[in-house]
Amino acid sequence: MTFRRFLQQALSDWMKGGGAEADIVISSRIRLARNLNALPFPLIATEEQLQQVTEQVERILASHRELPGLGRLELLHMNQMKALEKKVLVEKHLISPALAEESRAGAVILSENESLSIMLNEEDHIRIQCLFPGFQLQDAWHQANSIDDWFDRNLDYAFDEKRGYLTSCPTNVGTGLRASVMMHLPALVMSGQINRIFPAINQLGLVVRGIYGEGSESIGNIFQVSNQITLGRSETEIIDDLANVAKQLIEQERKARHSILETSRLKVEDKILRSYGILANARIIESKEAMQRLSDVRLGIDLGLIQGVSSNILNELIVLTQPGFLQQYAGELLSPEKRDERRAKLIRERLLSENNA
Amino acid sequence: MICQECGERQATLHFTKIINGEKAEFHICETCAKEKGEVLPGMNNSFSIHNLLSGLLNIEPSGEKMGRQYAGSLRCPNCGLTYSQFSSSGRFGCAVCYQTFGERLDPLFSKIHSGNVSHNGKIPHRSGTRLKIKRKLQSRKEELQKAVMNEEFELAARLRDEIRELESELSGE
Ligand SMILES: [Zn+2]
Ligand SMILES: [Zn+2]
Repeated sequence: MTFRRFLQQALSDWMKGGGAEADIVISSRIRLARNLNALPFPLIATEEQLQQVTEQVERILASHRELPGLGRLELLHMNQMKALEKKVLVEKHLISPALAEESRAGAVILSENESLSIMLNEEDHIRIQCLFPGFQLQDAWHQANSIDDWFDRNLDYAFDEKRGYLTSCPTNVGTGLRASVMMHLPALVMSGQINRIFPAINQLGLVVRGIYGEGSESIGNIFQVSNQITLGRSETEIIDDLANVAKQLIEQERKARHSILETSRLKVEDKILRSYGILANARIIESKEAMQRLSDVRLGIDLGLIQGVSSNILNELIVLTQPGFLQQYAGELLSPEKRDERRAKLIRERLLSENNA
Repeated sequence: MICQECGERQATLHFTKIINGEKAEFHICETCAKEKGEVLPGMNNSFSIHNLLSGLLNIEPSGEKMGRQYAGSLRCPNCGLTYSQFSSSGRFGCAVCYQTFGERLDPLFSKIHSGNVSHNGKIPHRSGTRLKIKRKLQSRKEELQKAVMNEEFELAARLRDEIRELESELSGE
């Protein structure tokens, strides 16, 4: 029944909004990839060896279940969970599809507020992930770093003097650090500036991609910027570089918002309020349209064009209207058509609850 | 367009990625994308990077064409992974693979990590003790040089003693 608690809670901390620059930065994430020295990496390890990984980590957990500020840590074994339950964790960005679907002896450790998730036996033995709302790369790093220290006192990490922390994939070696920020950049997309900015960011050794949607097109104007280089730079350098680029993006987005209001206020107002009208009234809505409309409404809130709706609606509904969540809410598997119906209903109710409050 | 992974289904995901100034295009179907774990929210194991990897791994250090056969049959004594298996999968098998393939990995790391081949970040407490001593030794040696240049002989003597101690600590292990 412990898993139920996670579901009842439904919203992870990062989905509730808040943090610095929350009008643009949805979340900040730090991920550390680690392996145990004595065992082969998960892709080629035997089932028995993989169980040793979870057992070792479980022993550490058992001795200190409570960590300051994190509350109780809970370990969930993938093979003891239903497909739908795992899907929900994927949609909340707490585990990867690979861990949910392909791992052997895979498991995840979650903190109460879900700001910490530790994947076991994914591509690496251990992947520590800290996910915070808003622009909080430093805080996320401090948390991930202290969890890493805690494991380090109790485990023998695979580490090499020259190459640093050893990982299954050569793209993670060294620090094993992947830092990323998820940003809502509607005005840069509307003004077309995004096409100019992204290639420049790539040149700096950072990767940008749309989180939802296909290829360069991004549904809901949500993008993730992360470091590509993990070797040869210190953790602080990597995080500072990313933070600096994120700050510039924030500034550019604010300027773009300002100028679209100045140059085409009526058109922007019309677009945003139409989307609001559709979300408040639609009876059937596909996920792609829902994302786009939610992005518009969120921009409307940030620009002061829509009042009385809380700004975390985008963070929240983007996750709650995913297929896994919708079906979990319904308590049954749903056809795509049924999902579109439920999605529209959920969004309507969510907007209504705001207006009555 | 047909998916470049399976060559069967219609490619529905199209993206380009620029890595170190080089543009690469990808056209894949949803099924393959899912299998690769890319293009899905919150993930970081970049599918496109892995595809690029198999290309990168074929880079041999210049003038070592002769060594190709040898490199391919290099085998990790711990997990049994050969260099050619590593080349096709793009994944190491265990910690010892890194030592086994050794400096042969430099061009690969350099390409992926913008010219970097060695670690410059956090050191674990347990396995990192030696490295910490080494780094300390290095900085003491630099200080000693400075002290000698500034004719601060008392400081230099103290540093020299400390360096001897650190060196014996290293060799004693
Ligand atoms: Zn395919
Ligand atoms: Zn090996």
